Amino acid sequence: MVPASTSTDLKPGKDDAIVMKGITKRFPGVLANDHVDFFVKKGEIHALVGENGAGKSTLMNQLYGFHLPDEGEIYINGEEASFRSPKDAINKNIGMVHQHFMLVGNQTVTENVVLGSEILHPVMKVFLDRKKARRTVMSLSKQFGLAVDPDSFIEDIPVGMQQRVEIIKTLYRGADILIFDEPTAVLTPQETEELFKVMKLLKKEGKTVVFITHKLNEVMAITDRVTVMRLGKVTGRVDTKDTNPRQLANMMVGREVLLRVEKKPHEPGDLLLEVEKLFVRDNRNLQAVKDVSLNVREGEIVGIAGVAGNGQSELVEAITGLRKVESGKIRMTGVDITNLSTWEIREIGLNHVPEDRLRRGLITKYPLYFNAILGKHKDEPFSRDGFLMLKNIRNYTKDLVERFDVRPRNIDQLAGNLSGGNQQKLIVARELDDKPRPSRCVVVSQPTRGLDIGAIEYIHKTLITMRDQGIGILLVSMELDEIFSLSDRILVIYEGEIMGEVTPDEITKEEVGLMMAGQRKAETAVERGDQK
Amino acid sequence: MNRGKIYAFLVPTISVLIALGIGSIVILLIGKNPITAYSVMFQGAFGGIEALADTVVKMTPLVLTGLAVGFGFRAGVFNIGADGQMAMGALMGAIVAMSFGWLPPVILIPLSIISGMVAGAIWASIAGFLKAFTGAHEVISTIMLNWIAINIGTFMVTGPLAVGTGTPKSPEIADAAKLPIILKVQAIQLTIGIVIAILVAIVMYILIEKTTMGYELRGVGFNPFAAEYGGINIKKNIVMIMAISGALAGMAGIVDLLGVPPHRFLGEFTAGRGFDGITIALIGRNHPIGIIFAALLISVLRTGSNAMQIRAQIPNDIVTIIQGIVIFLVAAERIVATLIEWKKRKKVTA
Repeated sequence: MVPASTSTDLKPGKDDAIVMKGITKRFPGVLANDHVDFFVKKGEIHALVGENGAGKSTLMNQLYGFHLPDEGEIYINGEEASFRSPKDAINKNIGMVHQHFMLVGNQTVTENVVLGSEILHPVMKVFLDRKKARRTVMSLSKQFGLAVDPDSFIEDIPVGMQQRVEIIKTLYRGADILIFDEPTAVLTPQETEELFKVMKLLKKEGKTVVFITHKLNEVMAITDRVTVMRLGKVTGRVDTKDTNPRQLANMMVGREVLLRVEKKPHEPGDLLLEVEKLFVRDNRNLQAVKDVSLNVREGEIVGIAGVAGNGQSELVEAITGLRKVESGKIRMTGVDITNLSTWEIREIGLNHVPEDRLRRGLITKYPLYFNAILGKHKDEPFSRDGFLMLKNIRNYTKDLVERFDVRPRNIDQLAGNLSGGNQQKLIVARELDDKPRPSRCVVVSQPTRGLDIGAIEYIHKTLITMRDQGIGILLVSMELDEIFSLSDRILVIYEGEIMGEVTPDEITKEEVGLMMAGQRKAETAVERGDQK
Repeated sequence: MNRGKIYAFLVPTISVLIALGIGSIVILLIGKNPITAYSVMFQGAFGGIEALADTVVKMTPLVLTGLAVGFGFRAGVFNIGADGQMAMGALMGAIVAMSFGWLPPVILIPLSIISGMVAGAIWASIAGFLKAFTGAHEVISTIMLNWIAINIGTFMVTGPLAVGTGTPKSPEIADAAKLPIILKVQAIQLTIGIVIAILVAIVMYILIEKTTMGYELRGVGFNPFAAEYGGINIKKNIVMIMAISGALAGMAGIVDLLGVPPHRFLGEFTAGRGFDGITIALIGRNHPIGIIFAALLISVLRTGSNAMQIRAQIPNDIVTIIQGIVIFLVAAERIVATLIEWKKRKKVTA
């Protein structure tokens, strides 16, 4: 590990794109950045990695003028700089590609790019010079390999292209230093590949790229150097070629981490969940799930891979009783549960870890002990003759947080005060636990979204342990790595339809990526080539 | 006591003190002596048995309408229709109480109260069903139902139930239906009504805090999406919450009618006391015990303000100002909470 102290005597030179020295930022109760030194050389792709809450975003927000540092200095291209607003940062040729795009849906690509610094018509000064604006967009698009259609409306183009529009926007404003905030979170593997090509091209054109991420294989694939942060401090600064994912993970977490999930070969048992020719509509009354059939057996994890918004949420809600099934059948251990109430479905032993833990999974204003019984609250021993058995509830919760390592152990605090990882642990604990009634099959949706490596590792291990004990798990995730490392079988969903079933050993991530983009298995894989 | 509980008690108390302070400035501005004003007001509300009894009598229906609205708030439902439900409860209960005069009091009184509660519950359930099955917002539908209820009441006392001349009114209820009197001071009759109201508050407390049903309905109030996910039937709960809330408002109406002369249903029977329930629930922070004290406060301000107007020639609008400031400060609780914290910090540093 490279000590963080190599940085003591720095003289910001001409070839240093960014030098941030001794940056300290406090928020009420938190030391978000603790004397952080961060240097990026001109023309490199520099990864900034760390767990959630490590202080990456805080650091970048100070570079982009959202926050003013309490202490420390910032030099851009060797000159001292002080940013009071993003406008100052843009003037210093810094651009940021946000995780959540800042685009106007019902305007065209061109209009979005020039919005805020419009090219005005030479004669009619108050009007936009559309022709010139369009030409500018096109030339940037060509120069950096950012394929976009300048006349399409934002709401009509795929996420990958929207991201390219964001990149063009920053380039249009003259950015030489581009900050990408977790850009791959919303992309398919193919789109990620495309983005990496763009990043390389940006580098070739002399731009500097800061790449914030927590996906270590991406760091290895594309970057030149890495800065690792943990708990507000820099814990490592290495050249990518001299490191490996394991070492980076250790620097991020501060201890040894298992990157690959160890699991025994699966021994599927009896049929638990059967879904047959399921059709479901979404909130806009459009067909969201089309003719989906699948099954889950005891002791196996069935993964559903797909890009967000391809019907996964509606499928999960239909199975768990939160959304009406239009047609088709759902059975659990042979019992028809189609359109039963959520409570009835839970009583049969089908539980649910929801994708949105704050909206669905927890009542944040209830203490832990009331959240630990949500969905079981009418059962003995938690309830008797209509009265809550507070003592039983509290004892159960104490035991539960102990067994599933929810921290802190204080069961009286509100669920909303737990960290994201511990909130998720609590939900997983509640849904997988066998008391007071058996949990036989669990639909697990996005179990690790927004969690840090330590919590992800724990949740993954728990899911595998439960599978080994015979629980059937239907796992829905946007993280292909997660699907690959946990699933025994993988179904790929695209626009509400299943593109095919594969096993992680017989297929590569790239092939699954193609299926996620709408190609059926018969077109991608060799076997079953006779099917259309 | 934890921080939350201390705040729940401190915020309303300090709010009342601040409001009285601001009220005294207003009194000074109109050229009167605030100390005289407040002492007259205090006298009017607590000075002597008669004043005290009057305050308690006026407080009784306010406890119940406060509970009605507060119960809804706890479950995330805004029942603005307590006034209409109160009217319907009083009307229905009065009809029973005047029609079955041959029944003994032990049967007739509970029967009248239950009919009033059922009428209030049915009236409120209309808004509950509309919300659960069509998504119609209960604020709108309960306000509209208020108007319908008020007009039904006026129609009944000017048409089918009308008696005598002068103010439109119904016949007097049977003597057997009148609530037993605990204390009689001149014209003021203190009945068991207040006992009923406090018992209901205690039952409400147990229901909300100790039962599985309370767990579910608070859950629905905090986060309906999570409640639905946890197997709680949202539609059923919304209708039930509305029905219970309406039953309490209806009870407020009938208990007042059975307990307070002239024991008749009048055209403008509620006199806005259903709406006072909103104020009281807010000041009492939707807690049954808090609501009892909030109802007492409002009642004191009302009875006291009359004395203030008569004896100190200070317009009783001052009370409306004080009431408004209390509500403002309780609703914007961060203001007072910040004041408390700021004072604490000053103490620590000093």
